[in-house]
Amino acid sequence: MTANRKFSPELLDIDVAAETEAICQGIRTLLKEQLRRRGLVVGLSGGIDSSVTAALAVRALGPNRVLGLEMPERDSAEESLAMSDLVARHLGLNTLREDLTPILDALSFYARYAAAVRQVIPEYGKGWRSKIVSPDITQTDGYTLFSIVAQSPDGRVSRCRLPLQAYLEIVAATSFKQRTRKMLEYYHADRLHFAVAGTPNRLEYDQGFFVKQGDGAADIKPIAHLYKSQVYQLAEYLQIPEEVRQRAPTTDTFSLEQGQDEFYFSLPLRHMDLCLYAKNHAIPACEVAAVIGLDESRIQRIFQDIDTKRATTRYQHLPPLLISDIPEIRLQKGGGLSAMAWPLPT
Amino acid sequence: MADQVPFFSPKHLGNLRARIRAFVVDNFLFGDEEGLQDETSFQESGIIDSTGILELVDFLEKQFGIAISDEELIPDNLDSIDKTACFLNKKVGASELSQGVVQLG
Repeated sequence: MTANRKFSPELLDIDVAAETEAICQGIRTLLKEQLRRRGLVVGLSGGIDSSVTAALAVRALGPNRVLGLEMPERDSAEESLAMSDLVARHLGLNTLREDLTPILDALSFYARYAAAVRQVIPEYGKGWRSKIVSPDITQTDGYTLFSIVAQSPDGRVSRCRLPLQAYLEIVAATSFKQRTRKMLEYYHADRLHFAVAGTPNRLEYDQGFFVKQGDGAADIKPIAHLYKSQVYQLAEYLQIPEEVRQRAPTTDTFSLEQGQDEFYFSLPLRHMDLCLYAKNHAIPACEVAAVIGLDESRIQRIFQDIDTKRATTRYQHLPPLLISDIPEIRLQKGGGLSAMAWPLPT
Repeated sequence: MADQVPFFSPKHLGNLRARIRAFVVDNFLFGDEEGLQDETSFQESGIIDSTGILELVDFLEKQFGIAISDEELIPDNLDSIDKTACFLNKKVGASELSQGVVQLG
């Protein structure tokens, strides 16, 4: 594919009509032949990935076989709901809104999170906001270790590298959000006899940018093979509202506004796309450097970081592991069971 | 410090290596140290990932009473038993010298 073409962003261009048709066919086939469910639940964040996933689901199955779930909580950005409403109206999608705040409160999420942050910022409390950030790996040879940025009610901002225990407790606490959302998605999927659609793009899926048994859990991930810029191409083809397509990708996880690139990816997503594509197709760093406008050494560092993230997030992708094989329940290629798991009663 | 050996002596460096090795083998390898050399790269061998580095730093800071700065968190300092011991030797040595607790000679 790349052998005769000069490296450029256009290599990521796809035939959007054909891709849309292939994904829609794939959704129908997987629901019919593997999942045996009658529709899809899609969690709507107001971002581009969930909007495109919902649009593909509606196109594949019709609006009555898709449920959009809006699940805001206290820290969610205000515009998230406005954006997901806009998409739902555009798609003619049935939606339900589940407020996560009381559930997270019952889990003591907010208290646990604040207690974890207080390990490094003792005055952290009511009125404070915070987010986790990672270093720019293109500017340092150091390890990728996370820091917390906190803003006091009077606007003072402090930043502190997270030591082991605070880091683990903050991650464990914030994962409540993704896992609670997934619990609700499965509740509605079960009562409707639907399956759950996950919404990761290729960057997120490949680099482990998800919570295991949280947003990483799903029955089908229709856009996991698409680079982020390809998701944008589909969004345009599917006529996702302009406001959603122009919105900067956010984690919508922390109380301080946080872009995905400052949290996890070391470059703007369009550049991360190119680096991942180049690495996957063995394109030399010097060619990428010329296109992106960075030093070759920095591209090498990003290639290295891609490998590091693949290795360190392998746990995220692993299913429950067995000590001994159970051949009767072995998965076939494509995910189907080799035998009927539930024999009919005799 | 349990050691009362000059920080710059080979014996002191050996003690540091042994303590770091004991931590790595116990914490990351569940007691199985087969194949772990003093110069084995933690990253390349997959023994320690980014959370593992936090665990190593936590161990070093608590066990040796030091504070490791952001700038010091680089593979050159922490990517093997050898590198960690050398880094620690300089770090602890400097700290003990400044506190006058090292027995010289």
